Amino acid sequence: MRPSQVANDPEPTALKAAQSAWSGDGEAWYVTVSGDWQGQHAAIADAPQALTRQAQASLKFDARDLATWDAGLPSALWRSLSALDPARVHIDTGGLPTGLAQILSLALPKGSAGAAVIAAPLNAWARWGLKAQAVGTRLQVTLGFVGSVLMSLSRLVRGRSDMRLSDLAWQVEHTGPRSLPIVALVSFLVGLIVAYMSAAQLERFGAQSFIADLVTVGVVREIAALLVGIVLAGRVGAAFAAQIGSMRANDEVDALQTMGVDPVDHLVLPRVLALLIVGPLLTVFAALVGMLVGWAVAVLLYGVTPLEYAYKSVQALTLPHVLIGLLKGTVYALLVALAGCRQGLAAGRSAQAVGDATTAAVVQAIVWIVVAASVLTVIFQRLDW
Amino acid sequence: MSTSADQRMLLVQVEDLRMAYGDTVIQHNLNFDIRAGEIFVIVGGSGCGKSTLLRHLIGLQPPAKGRVLYGTRNLYESDESTLSALRREFGVTFQAGALWSSMTVGENVMLPLQLFTDLDADARESEARFKLALAGLPDSFDSEPSSLSGGMKKRAAIARAMALNPALLFLDEPSAGLDPISSAHLDELLAHLCRDLGTTVVMVSHELDSIFNVADRLLFLDAESKTMTALGPPRDLQRTAPPRVQAFLRRVDTGGPDTQPSTSLATAEAQP
Repeated sequence: MRPSQVANDPEPTALKAAQSAWSGDGEAWYVTVSGDWQGQHAAIADAPQALTRQAQASLKFDARDLATWDAGLPSALWRSLSALDPARVHIDTGGLPTGLAQILSLALPKGSAGAAVIAAPLNAWARWGLKAQAVGTRLQVTLGFVGSVLMSLSRLVRGRSDMRLSDLAWQVEHTGPRSLPIVALVSFLVGLIVAYMSAAQLERFGAQSFIADLVTVGVVREIAALLVGIVLAGRVGAAFAAQIGSMRANDEVDALQTMGVDPVDHLVLPRVLALLIVGPLLTVFAALVGMLVGWAVAVLLYGVTPLEYAYKSVQALTLPHVLIGLLKGTVYALLVALAGCRQGLAAGRSAQAVGDATTAAVVQAIVWIVVAASVLTVIFQRLDW
Repeated sequence: MSTSADQRMLLVQVEDLRMAYGDTVIQHNLNFDIRAGEIFVIVGGSGCGKSTLLRHLIGLQPPAKGRVLYGTRNLYESDESTLSALRREFGVTFQAGALWSSMTVGENVMLPLQLFTDLDADARESEARFKLALAGLPDSFDSEPSSLSGGMKKRAAIARAMALNPALLFLDEPSAGLDPISSAHLDELLAHLCRDLGTTVVMVSHELDSIFNVADRLLFLDAESKTMTALGPPRDLQRTAPPRVQAFLRRVDTGGPDTQPSTSLATAEAQP
């Protein structure tokens, strides 16, 4: 049926317009296709409602005037036929050219596969309900996770843990010493800001020597821990979520589980313990850098003598300030580790899901840190410590 | 069925299992058992739930309904310590290998030995090298998993699954993606594990060649009726199973008369 292509004919044969039409009534229907279906051409109209409403009908094709066709025609036919229920409309592809019929029948639904059930759209209340339910589920997962970490910890204390000490050492090295440069930089800059701002205010009263009190207490008690928490959330919490999440995506966590190894013991515990060790140490380091910057600003720019600054600092720095700073640093580091590992273990099994888990780990860690900071500050102020 | 499998000890019993993701039922009404020392193959079309069934059998994912019994112990009602003791008798490989990417191949195989045996470091290493050699990877002990090809990862995963000499080996498409020689080597390995060491092998497979070579019994999951439609030795099923199963198995009939696959595409070359 294709026009014979003459090899020495320089002019391509003029193409006839591609046309299609539905015809018939009652139970017998036809689709007529004619012309040249090459390259870009019009779509075939959807099945008429008179046909789709029929309880039983048959559909045949008339392709006697079809000249040439390419892959676009079966695609267009399939699109217009896909709305028909194969249980009610019998499609007979016999009238089509053999190749076209075979390709089309590969794609057409076979037998009486039931039409897909489309769920009715939910109303606003149901959508809110589902959202609330999802929040509840997330909370449940988080609580369950914290519980399993505690149980894993108790196994460690009883000497029955699957945790490897080499994993803990590796985590300590990667989260601690390697965080020092960024902690130093952030702590230096924030210390500078605090020292400058307090000095500018205090200078108006001629009370520059109190820079020491403000900077030392502020840095040791609050700022160092907060900075460490936020740096760890970005540097370490994200890494935890990505590591564990991609292990989940590759079935590596399942492989541990099927071997009888508890994933919490093996993956979460070394990371949590590493941050519990590293958190307070980094807090001390950040506080030292902050105090040093305060000293530099006060001595070099505001004419406080070095000895006076040191004396004021030591006087201001009581034990409760130090302990509270250390406690906060430890708590924030713990929250970072928990958020990172929890999001990693709950991640889905795709690259996108691992990315989502990483984002969620950082956001969750920072939110938890800020909430914990407020709660602890209020509690300690109330207790007058 | 009058095979020797019938006389073997019952190892796993699956009763009235239903698999579902949310409201979508994948398979239901599954009842079968796995006997000690057999090679039990799960087959079926893509998406019919073979890998999910494997996950139900190894305790990774509770089924929507039904029980998985090991002896008298119900896998999903056992406490954590029973479950983890039971799992140490399993060796499992996943479709993509699931090697732990932070360790070398050798460390992957040695980790279960380190955690669950009293072997010293030298003994662990030689055991791991032996298992890698068995799996056909004698030179990959120090390689990183990321440097292995897909087929090599699968073989390394099989070596890891064999590390503790498990009584039960679960393999998810172990020979998919292997070249014909490695695939034949794997068949041979499975047959020896089973016949000589008494290991029970449960695997999901599409490779009909290898199924006919090694399988004692075959379970066919049907995607359309959403349940099992055949269970038995593959050569029996070729004659007695429902038409769809026979059609599936006929695609590679090593000795039968109708070896030519007759698909509609074979004749689709004719031009209109």
